[in-house]
Amino acid sequence: MAIEVRIPTILRTYTGGAKVVETSGSTLGELIKNLDAAHAGIGDRLLDGEALRRFVNVYLNDEDVRFLGGLETPVADGDTVTVLPAVAGGSR
Amino acid sequence: MLTISRELIAKIFAHAHEDHPDEACGVIAGPLGSDRPERFIPMENAARSPTFYEFDSREHLRVWREMDDQDEEPVVIYHSHTMTEAYPSRTDISYANEPNAHYVLVSTREEGLEELRSYRILDGKVTEEPVEITE
Repeated sequence: MAIEVRIPTILRTYTGGAKVVETSGSTLGELIKNLDAAHAGIGDRLLDGEALRRFVNVYLNDEDVRFLGGLETPVADGDTVTVLPAVAGGSR
Repeated sequence: MLTISRELIAKIFAHAHEDHPDEACGVIAGPLGSDRPERFIPMENAARSPTFYEFDSREHLRVWREMDDQDEEPVVIYHSHTMTEAYPSRTDISYANEPNAHYVLVSTREEGLEELRSYRILDGKVTEEPVEITE
């Protein structure tokens, strides 16, 4: 089972510079666990405890997973998961 | 150092004034590795706040994919401060996640004020840099 994961520049230190990696899983949560097993430390950049970090956007194909099922979102062979740290900031 | 055209600077100011009193935000894309800001992409501030900005997550994906398809990268990420100076705040620093980008800040706290400053933000460290304006 191959699911493509697109890695943002800032997280490529965990993947040896790779922009795209492949992993597996039947839910997003499982996928992240497997991703972290292969690329140690990346899980902590995506998860805050048991939840997705607020300022990291994760997309399944074209949809933000927050509008799908979050970590419960089912993923399948041929899907593409894209990670983009949010671009945000403020006056404080 | 940030090298940027006068025309692009004018576009940043125009966007900031248009969105005031909310923070304005956007990207200027350029060819990968060139460090040249070329394509102006104003973004929606999904937070619509005078003290916070956040790219809309869908638009963020669309724009990032477009840049990827065109072999571009975000050379400038700009936003405005509506009540404070054009210096990165703690939240600006926390959420600066594009290591190759120049973070440009403008302030719209006073009418007629044309304050624009540029910074590199790497591993939580802010370094101001000079801005060279080309015609």
